[in-house]
Amino acid sequence: MSGPNTDYDPVEVTPLHAEEVERTRDEALTAFTEAADLAALQEAKSTHLGDKSPIVLANREIGALPPQARKEAGQRIGAARKAINEGFASRLTVLEAEHEEQMLATERVDVTLPWHTPELGARHPLSLISEQVADVFTALGWDVAEGPEVEAEWLNFDALNFQPDHPARQMQDTFFVEPAGSGKVLRTHTSPVQARSMLSRKPPIYVICPGRVFRTDELDATHTPVFYQVEGLVVDEGITLAHLKGTLDHFVVSMFGEGLEARLRPNFFPFTEPSAEVDLKCFVCRGASVGNPDRPCRTCGSEGWIEWGGCGVVNPRVLQANGIDTDRYSGFAFGMGLERTLMFRNGVEDMRDMVEGDVRFSRQFGMEI
Amino acid sequence: MRVPLSWLREYVDVPAGVTGRDVGEKLIRAGLEVETVEESDLSGPLVVGKVLTFEDEPQKNGKTIRWCSLDIGKDEPQWVVCGANNFAVGDLVVVVLPGAVLPGGFAISARKTYGHVSNGMICSSQELGLGDDGTHGIVVLEPGEATPGDDAIELLALKDDVLDIAVTPDRGYCLSIRGVAREAATAYGVALKDPAELALDGSGAGGYPVRVDDAEACSVFVTRTVTGIDAKALSPRWMQKRLLASGMRPISIGVDVANYVMLELGQPIHTYDKARLSGEIVVRRANAGEKLMTLDDQTRELDIEDLLITDDSGAIGVAGVMGGASTEISEATADVVIEAAHFDPIVIARASRRHKLSSEASRRFEREVDPLLPRYAAQRVADLLREYAGGTILPEETVVDTHPLPDPVTLRADHAARVAGAPITLTETVRHLESVGCTVEAAAADATAAPLAAGVHAPVLAEVGTTTVGAANVQGDDLLTVTPPSWRPDLRDPNDFAEEAIRLFGFDNVPSVLPAAPGGQGLTVSQKRRRKVATALVGAGLTEVVSYPFTGEADFDAMGLPADDPRRTTVKLVNPISDEEPSMQTTLLATLLRTAERNVGRGATDLAIFQTGLVFLPKAETKPAPLPSVAHRPSDAEIQSLYDALPDQPLHVGVVLTGLLTPTGWWGKGRPAGWADAVQIARLISSAVGVEPVVTNVELAPWHPGRCAQFAIGGPDGKVVGHAGELHPKVCQAFGLPTRSSAVELDLEALIAAGPESITAHPFSSYPVAKEDVALIVAADVPAADVQAALAEGAGELLESVRLFDVYTGEQIGEGKKSLAFALRFRAPDRTLKENEVADARQAAVQVTVDRFNAVQRVG
Ligand SMILES: [Zn+2]
Repeated sequence: MSGPNTDYDPVEVTPLHAEEVERTRDEALTAFTEAADLAALQEAKSTHLGDKSPIVLANREIGALPPQARKEAGQRIGAARKAINEGFASRLTVLEAEHEEQMLATERVDVTLPWHTPELGARHPLSLISEQVADVFTALGWDVAEGPEVEAEWLNFDALNFQPDHPARQMQDTFFVEPAGSGKVLRTHTSPVQARSMLSRKPPIYVICPGRVFRTDELDATHTPVFYQVEGLVVDEGITLAHLKGTLDHFVVSMFGEGLEARLRPNFFPFTEPSAEVDLKCFVCRGASVGNPDRPCRTCGSEGWIEWGGCGVVNPRVLQANGIDTDRYSGFAFGMGLERTLMFRNGVEDMRDMVEGDVRFSRQFGMEI
Repeated sequence: MRVPLSWLREYVDVPAGVTGRDVGEKLIRAGLEVETVEESDLSGPLVVGKVLTFEDEPQKNGKTIRWCSLDIGKDEPQWVVCGANNFAVGDLVVVVLPGAVLPGGFAISARKTYGHVSNGMICSSQELGLGDDGTHGIVVLEPGEATPGDDAIELLALKDDVLDIAVTPDRGYCLSIRGVAREAATAYGVALKDPAELALDGSGAGGYPVRVDDAEACSVFVTRTVTGIDAKALSPRWMQKRLLASGMRPISIGVDVANYVMLELGQPIHTYDKARLSGEIVVRRANAGEKLMTLDDQTRELDIEDLLITDDSGAIGVAGVMGGASTEISEATADVVIEAAHFDPIVIARASRRHKLSSEASRRFEREVDPLLPRYAAQRVADLLREYAGGTILPEETVVDTHPLPDPVTLRADHAARVAGAPITLTETVRHLESVGCTVEAAAADATAAPLAAGVHAPVLAEVGTTTVGAANVQGDDLLTVTPPSWRPDLRDPNDFAEEAIRLFGFDNVPSVLPAAPGGQGLTVSQKRRRKVATALVGAGLTEVVSYPFTGEADFDAMGLPADDPRRTTVKLVNPISDEEPSMQTTLLATLLRTAERNVGRGATDLAIFQTGLVFLPKAETKPAPLPSVAHRPSDAEIQSLYDALPDQPLHVGVVLTGLLTPTGWWGKGRPAGWADAVQIARLISSAVGVEPVVTNVELAPWHPGRCAQFAIGGPDGKVVGHAGELHPKVCQAFGLPTRSSAVELDLEALIAAGPESITAHPFSSYPVAKEDVALIVAADVPAADVQAALAEGAGELLESVRLFDVYTGEQIGEGKKSLAFALRFRAPDRTLKENEVADARQAAVQVTVDRFNAVQRVG
């Protein structure tokens, strides 16, 4: 710091001349503007804003002025310094942005490269479709009921009006549990879960029962000894065939799309009376392939309808065996094979793909069907 | 049941032009399962020709051909070459002309052969699709049967559609043309010409002597006798054709007629050579040790429950199933005794199953045959034998008939409408019931409704209207008394009748109404947790597979299970798919490892799979499951014993990891899946259901003895819920898996049950954390988890978390020792911890490990 200068006529202090201050300011601003990068800007900063810079030196001269001149000179220098600082700051912002941009550009990678954390696995489509069915019915307020796979013969057959020597009992090729006469079987359908529901709950009963079932069929392209079914059961006051149709229509729409419907064809099942087969309006051609050789449909074989399952009004004998008051209640039930559903819904051509556990089969589906 | 359309048309006036496909469609809507409709691929021209001339021309190959000229109703004769010689000049034959297609897609054109141009050919029975008529030559028509140029397709009914119907157990009557015709007549709204309506000329008594010892099992037994037949006579061509079209082979007139009548009426018939019968026919149960050689030349040991047809010589047939060889009719038979009987369905079903003999007869008897048929069917057989085998029908007839009349059933007039939820009018209901053969009457004033009419007290639907039955005006809640026809033994409950009315009303006409369930609670906790586990595993990169639950000793051996391992005690099947796999899985890995093996075999060596499924654990004491009455709900004790008889069947989850978990790539070498990944997946499953299990080292097959983690819940001595770790090298080898494959099996059901009911939130501190690291040297066999637990115990309430971050072994530490480094975090809920507080807590933590494991702090 230099002390007050009393030897000079204050008017003669050149650095404080207005023209001189403006020149100093303009030189600084020009230097900042011309600085090409952050390093050059820093150098210009020390030249034009550093301790030895003209504007700082000029500032020191103010003290030498007589008091009446100090205010004016101070304001002049102050304005110039502010302009220089601002010039520096704005150039700094620009150069920093440029610098960052360049740096990021050099860090560019190939985002298509693979990485080593495991990819998402996959659910088995039979699980996915079971869950989807469960969701359709829980949304209606139904419960999902379950039961064991080794089942009492009584629950698998007798409770469902399959009488011991009735041909219907022979129609289902049954795995029997040792010893012969144990009264135990591998359940041939999910219907024993219906019996269990009636034995354990009080009406109104609204249950959907997905599950694995067993019959002594050899594995081939369309048969498997182990397969999945889903059955529904309703027992309530005033339940009719019309309610069964309404439920199936809703189910069809939920699984296959708006505008589709179910069709019933009379048939025979021991646990329902009347009984019917359920056909599903073909969700691919919607019937347009029928009698139209120009538009054949693989999904329905140009029949317009796809066989889907069985259904009917619960035979009152079944209600009776399971302790439901047949004067008061009636019910309906329906059942479908899930493999078959996947076959026509998702284009699975060979039953064996569904049961062999080849991961490639599940992986096609991921977590959606 | 195969039904030729031409045969059906004999009894029903199906509108002209209607095809087999049309009829099939109608029958399907009426509830018959029409599986296929075979349409004939035959097309003409196929005409009747009269042999004008022929010349026998011996050929070099030893054959003699005939060069024939035929009158086919045109100006010029038709010249053809024929290989057969069973005809003479003037015979009427069937000639196929160029441009025609014979059955089997055999196209006919004029062709040069044996030095002539043959313009078509003379047809044999087989070429016309009529089967072997036994002539070994061409078909020669009866003189005057037709005139030259007539269309032979029409004449011989060659172009016929055949419906193949899978008859459901309740529709036994549809195992006959008569029954299907009845359905077709109803479907088309036309009259049925019932083939069973024929004149009986029997005297009702004095026929071949018969005694029925078991009237329950045999309620009707009718015999007729036809004498002096020509057993060598050929069945008429039309009969052979119908038998063939129905899937039966023509054999001889005696056999063919019996089969024909069975197909036509549905009544199985048995014929005996009267000369080979000795004494009275007795229908009785078998005696112990009795034997019979059946028509298929097999000697069968009879069961005392078998119902037999016997004579003085002993058994001559298993009733309703198969006849015996000793009384069979043959070419030498002159006098025939015809048997038409009614047997109890259950008796026949059991015998058929016992002898593994399902015959056309037993299939019908099992589904119950119209008990009024036997006399008519026997008459029909006798008539046909007289006509086509030249026999004489004896007027004497044996008729044993104790069959009860069908019981009438009383039901509400609007029952069908209420079951359907559709406005089926009472008038329609009565009409439909009558069209299936029921007799409908207004119930007597004191009649009560039959049981099992669901919702019997429901109000009447206004739309059903009223109707008149007899003299009575009937309202919806009035009762009707309905008597089923003799051929519908399945109609016994109100709903059975409702079904008939509804199917004829049309299922399509029933409205669609979605019922409103009371509010549900969605999936159960267990169901939701299973989904969470599956989702977590998929998130970790695992793929779900399914496997059959069947296993056997080979799988257990491959898993290295010791001889006394409880997992070798299984639930076994009487009739497994494979004798090598008679058991239900007791461990998911038994089947999942096979699935892994299959995948690895197909090239998927880097595998991460999981499966959920039941395992089947026999109870210490195995009891048979009872078979309570179905007339009412079983007692609570009976229900409990049903449940108790079953094996435990908990849901498990299994995982197999093989090969690399992360692949080799531009980031470096891949990382193999190992024991730690398996253990971590087991932890992942546990935390997905909110459970923190206790992990300990154990030795258990199929795992590596030093690399198996046991998972327990409810403390260190709690319930074991499964294991995870590296598989034993021998197990990897036995299942063809890469070495160091690993696996997990957990009792998912037990884990899920241990999950929290709900979670309560705890406040967490906003004061700063104090971090301390501790390195402890302990014996190598001290589990890290135990050291960590000791630290946590000693550190007290200020400890926020403790985490193992390094494990070190080496010279610096010393033989048999390891160094475990833990990061401890301390925090207080209400203040910033002071240095001495943290130091004290750290020291307290270390002290417990010192006391418990002789741990030594490692410094620097
Ligand atoms: Zn279609």
